[in-house]
Amino acid sequence: MQLTNRSKVVSNKEMTAAEAAYIPAVLKGMAVTLKHFFKRPATVKYPEEQREFSEVYRGKHVLKRDENGAERCTACGLCAVACPAEAITMVADERKKGEEKLYREEKYAAIYEINMLRCIFCGLCEEACPKEAIFLTKEITPSNYEREDFIYGKDKLVEGIEPSLRIDVSKRQDR
Amino acid sequence: MDLLKVTIDNQTIEVPAGTTILQAARLIGKEVAPPAMCFYTKLKTSGGYCRTCLVKVSKGSEKDPRPMPKLVASCRTTVMDGMEVQNYTSPEVVEARKGVVEFLLINHPLDCPICDQAGECHLQDLSYENGRSHSRYEFDRRTFDKIDIGDKIQLHMTRCILCYRCVKVADQLTPGRVHGVINRGDVAEISTYIQNAVDNEFSGNMVDVCPVGALTDKTFRFKSRVWFLKPFDAHRDCDKCSGKTVLWKYGKEIYRVTGRKDQWGEVDEWICNTCRYEKKAPSDWIEEGPRQIDRHSVISQNMYEAGTKFVDSPETLPKKQLS
Repeated sequence: MQLTNRSKVVSNKEMTAAEAAYIPAVLKGMAVTLKHFFKRPATVKYPEEQREFSEVYRGKHVLKRDENGAERCTACGLCAVACPAEAITMVADERKKGEEKLYREEKYAAIYEINMLRCIFCGLCEEACPKEAIFLTKEITPSNYEREDFIYGKDKLVEGIEPSLRIDVSKRQDR
Repeated sequence: MDLLKVTIDNQTIEVPAGTTILQAARLIGKEVAPPAMCFYTKLKTSGGYCRTCLVKVSKGSEKDPRPMPKLVASCRTTVMDGMEVQNYTSPEVVEARKGVVEFLLINHPLDCPICDQAGECHLQDLSYENGRSHSRYEFDRRTFDKIDIGDKIQLHMTRCILCYRCVKVADQLTPGRVHGVINRGDVAEISTYIQNAVDNEFSGNMVDVCPVGALTDKTFRFKSRVWFLKPFDAHRDCDKCSGKTVLWKYGKEIYRVTGRKDQWGEVDEWICNTCRYEKKAPSDWIEEGPRQIDRHSVISQNMYEAGTKFVDSPETLPKKQLS
């Protein structure tokens, strides 16, 4: 029974002498290769050269600080519950006296971890955040050798205090 | 005994005399039951403060069919034979309730990301279901300092909606209460008598009855979020209370113990402080199995299975991650 008419009849016909020599076929292949010498390469020389990303590219996360340098995250857990890949875990702690400069509110994340191997960069954590603390940046997550090194803690996620180290996310906030 | 016929939102039910409209509506079901922030079935004289349960009585009774002139608090109004009540079917009630929610939220700090009650907060549910999506209030909210009432209960007066439930618990469950509401009007606050500590064997129930996050369990403070925990029914032999509780677990670890709450958010049986605060080892309890949670509740969002590798506690982690 024939289900489709896409089936092909296999032929066992003998090759001609020219075909059996393979030379025209090899030359044809060489010509294709040679043509690509004069074309613009499809790749870039990363990391010397980098592609231009969209303004709203979703790359590595950043935990923002507020204008006074205090961490905005209060470990409310909404990013973790919104995360479809269950990549985010956190442990909260209470702010002690004298730490008002470090943490914005009385609760803060003592541990905040994102497993970059699980993360699918969907941006739902950013959407869920009520404190405008987590954003996805244009930075990409580098490759690594160890699985443990893909679990990003606060040391890799929180932005620096100095103005030069701040990461601009205004493009993502405007949307 | 005579049964009285009452119609609420076009659904008729027969209830014994002395039943309130709220209780009759709860007998019909969740679709017609008005929300209640201050009324608590197991606490006598509770109700009548928050005004969220306002309903319209469109027909007083069979003998006197005139409607009641104003919206009435359904938790304090008893049914009459042939009474007809409108709750969600009346636009007037829906609008009035919106106003009540707005007033309740005027001084509420809306610090849900910090609050331990978030996820099981009645005020969250109420404002989500019946309130406006934004506030029109432009002035400073009232502020109070945090107070420790006893070493196990934290009072955040800013979050309090003055429902008086905790005062009734202290009045009716414990001999000689040491806390109550002081001052009046917009400066009224829950307080203890000159910073007196509340240390009574049943004082922990104040935490369970609090509809908002004003009274929270200090042993659970900032430990986790309710939607990361899995509730399990459990019991133990307790000489002070029934010992029937809910364990909130994260993996194998018990994070907190609460009373068993029914679908109206009211505990079935009061539990003692020993069960609530001191028995946190799995060997203390006989587990009955996972608790049924409404599919739409954020608590059922709990995706973390037992056996997954959890983040260690801050003490055991290398210093670099604590930054």
